[in-house]
Amino acid sequence: MKKIIKNGLVIDPANNINEIRDIFIDGGRIVSAFDEKDAEIIDAKGCIVAPGLVDMHVHLREPGFEYKETIATGTAAAAKGGFTSVACMPNTNPVTDNAAVVTFIKDKAEKEGSVNVYPIGAITKGQKGEELSEIGELKAAGAVAISDDGRPVSSAGMMRKALIYSSGFDIPVISHCEVMSLVDGGVMNEGYYSTYLGLRGIPDAAEEVMVSRDVILSEETGVPVHIAHISTKGSAEIIRQAKKRGVKVTCETCPHYFSLTDAAVVGYNTNAKMNPPLRTDEDVAAIKEAIKDGTVDAIATDHAPHHIDEKNVEFDYAANGIVGLETALSLGISCLVNEGVITMPELIEKLSVNPAKILGIPAGTLSEGAPADVVIFDANAKRTVNVSEFASKSKNSPYDGYELSGEVKYTIVGGNIAHKKA
Amino acid sequence: MNWTRKDLLGLKDVSAEEIQYILDNAATMKHILSQNVKKVPHLRGKSVITLFYENSTRTRMSFELAGKYLSADTANITASGSSVAKGENLLDTGRTLDVMGCDVIVMRHNCSGAPHLLSQHVNASVINAGDGMNEHPTQALLDMFTMVEKKGSLKGLKVAILGDVLHSRVARSNFYGLNTMGAKVYVASPATLLPKNVEELGVTVCKTVEEAIKDADVVMNLRMQLERQKSGLFPSVSEYAKYYGLNEDKLKLAKPDALIMHPGPVNRGVEITTGIADHERSVIDEQVTNGVAIRMALLYIFANRRNEE
Ligand SMILES: [Zn+2]
Repeated sequence: MKKIIKNGLVIDPANNINEIRDIFIDGGRIVSAFDEKDAEIIDAKGCIVAPGLVDMHVHLREPGFEYKETIATGTAAAAKGGFTSVACMPNTNPVTDNAAVVTFIKDKAEKEGSVNVYPIGAITKGQKGEELSEIGELKAAGAVAISDDGRPVSSAGMMRKALIYSSGFDIPVISHCEVMSLVDGGVMNEGYYSTYLGLRGIPDAAEEVMVSRDVILSEETGVPVHIAHISTKGSAEIIRQAKKRGVKVTCETCPHYFSLTDAAVVGYNTNAKMNPPLRTDEDVAAIKEAIKDGTVDAIATDHAPHHIDEKNVEFDYAANGIVGLETALSLGISCLVNEGVITMPELIEKLSVNPAKILGIPAGTLSEGAPADVVIFDANAKRTVNVSEFASKSKNSPYDGYELSGEVKYTIVGGNIAHKKA
Repeated sequence: MNWTRKDLLGLKDVSAEEIQYILDNAATMKHILSQNVKKVPHLRGKSVITLFYENSTRTRMSFELAGKYLSADTANITASGSSVAKGENLLDTGRTLDVMGCDVIVMRHNCSGAPHLLSQHVNASVINAGDGMNEHPTQALLDMFTMVEKKGSLKGLKVAILGDVLHSRVARSNFYGLNTMGAKVYVASPATLLPKNVEELGVTVCKTVEEAIKDADVVMNLRMQLERQKSGLFPSVSEYAKYYGLNEDKLKLAKPDALIMHPGPVNRGVEITTGIADHERSVIDEQVTNGVAIRMALLYIFANRRNEE
C-alpha cells in the first residue's frame, strides 16, 4: 500500500537533506510525490525521518543457539530499535562457513524475519583459523562479508591469505582483533578495577597488537579491512594514522564503548562482561573523539544475546556480550548527539549510511528508487530502559533502568511497517 | 556494637569499628581456646556449612573446629564427590543449603566474586574463605589480630608484603584491612606479579624487597605457586628466592623486633628460608592458632545475627 510520511524532519545524509518534507512510498520503494488519496498517512510531526538503521554486527544465534535468540526474535528486536538491516556473524552451530548455512539463514529470515538479514560468512572453516572457507561460494549464496568474529584469525599468514584471496571476490573482510596470548585468561579490562576486583585483566595491547597487524596487512596487500568493535584509545590512534596515509581500513565501535567504563563491572556485574572488555574513562573519551573526527566509520551493536543461566553465574564463567539492538539509537542520541560530540546527521551516517556502504548493501539512503527502509523516531522523548519489554529473547543488558533520550515510533522495511510504537 | 552486616565478603568496605569489634571478640575466643575444655554452648542449634570449590584442608579445618568449639552443627561440601562435581550451578547449590536451614555458609571458590553472587541469593550469612584473586578476609583478620597481639596496635605500623601480589587474595584483604586500621603497607614483587594500578589501593610499591623491608614492623611473605614459573611470570625458583625471597640478611634491614608472617603453607627455600620460617620472631604457628579464634568470633557474630531480626 502507498504510504506518505508527513511533516517529519527528514535527515538523509546521503543526499545532504536535513529539512521538513514528506516521504512517499510505493511498491516497497521511495518514490517521487504522488496524490494523497488512497495513501496511508503516517504523521511524523516532531519526529526525525531517516534511512532505516543498519547494524553490521549482530549475533542472531540461529542455527544452533535458538535458546538465546532466533532470527524471528532477533529481527523483532532490530525493528524495535529502528534497524531495517542487520548483518549476522557466523559463529552459529554449524558455523556459517558454507553456502548451505547462508541459504538457511536467508530463507528463514525471508519467512520469519522482521527486517533484512545479511549473513556474514566465516573466514576459515569452522572458524578454526586453519583453512579458508569457500569464500566464492559464500558470496554466491548471499554472504555480504566474511569474518571469524568471536574468535581472531590468530595466524598473520592466514589473515594475509584471507585478504588476498577475498579480493578476487570483492567481499569485505571484518576482523575481530584479539591476541589470545595477551588475553591470557583475562575476563575484564586490565587496570585499577581488575586489581580492585581481583579479576584477571586483559591489556589494551591484546586488541591493539592485532589492529596494527591487520592495518599493516591491508596496507601491504592493498586489500581493504574492516576492524570490528574497537574499544581502546590506542586502536583509534592506529586506525587514525593508517587512514591518514591512505590505508583502506574502516572500523566500527559499539555503544557500550562510548557509554560505559570498566567501573560497571564492580559488584561482579556479568552484564558488564563483553569482548573486548569495557575500558577506562580515557578510552571512552578517545572513542568519542574518534567518532567525532571520522576515524570510526560505523556504530554497530555487537548484539550478543545470552540466556540468563549463562549470565547468572560466577563472573569468570559468564558468557561475553550484551544485547544492543533495542538501546543503540537511544545511546547514540543520549551520549553523542545530546553531549555535542556529533550532530544528528552524523549519527545517522554512522548508524546507517556508512555501514551500508562498507557492506555494499542497498540501504542507508532515502533516494528515490531506494528500498523503502525508514526509521521514524522522536529524539527528545525520554524513555526508561526496561529489559522485560525487549523483543529479544535475551535480556542481558547493562542499561536496564537507564533514562535515555530517543524513542523509535515506526520502523518501515520495504514499505511495510515492521514496528510501530504502541 | 549493633551488628547489621549480613555477609563477610571482603574487607574492602568493612569499617574500622567493625574490624575492631571482630578483633575484640576474637580475643575472648582465644581465651576459650586456652582452656582445658574448649567447648562452649554459644552456637548450640546453629548450623555452619563449609562449601569449598577449591582444596584447602587448613582453612576448612580451621572453620570446622571453630564451629565445633562453639557447639554449632557443621558439615562440609567439597567440589568433588557432590552435586557440584555433577555440574549443579552455584546458585542451585546455595539455595539448597539455604532451604535446609543453614545459618552460615563458609565459602571458598576459585572465581573472584563467587561469594558475592551466592550472598545475593541466600538468606544465610556468607563468609568468604577466599575467592579467586580477590579477597581472603578471615586470613587478613587473623593477621591483624596477630599483629595487635604482638605490637599493641596497628596504627602507624609499617607492614611489608612480599611476593606474588597479583594472584594473592591474602594481600588484597590485608591492604584493605591494614589501611582501614591505620597501618602503612609496602609491597615488593617481581614486576610481572604486580597488579596494575595497585598503588591506588593505598599501598606503596617498592622496586626491591630491601626497600620494602627497611624499618618494617612486620614482614609478610606470600605463598608462591610454583606453576607461575611455567606461565613465564618468573624465570626460576632460585632466581625468585634470591631476589624476592626472605633470608636472614634481608631481615636485618627490618626493625630488630619485626614479626615474620606467612599465610601458609610455606614453600621452604622459595619465598622464605627454613631459618626464617623457624626464626624466633616468626609468628607463623601463632597465626594458625589465631585463625581459629578469628573464625570462632566470626561464626559467633554471624550465626547470632538473625536472632536480632
Ligand atoms: Zn567480535
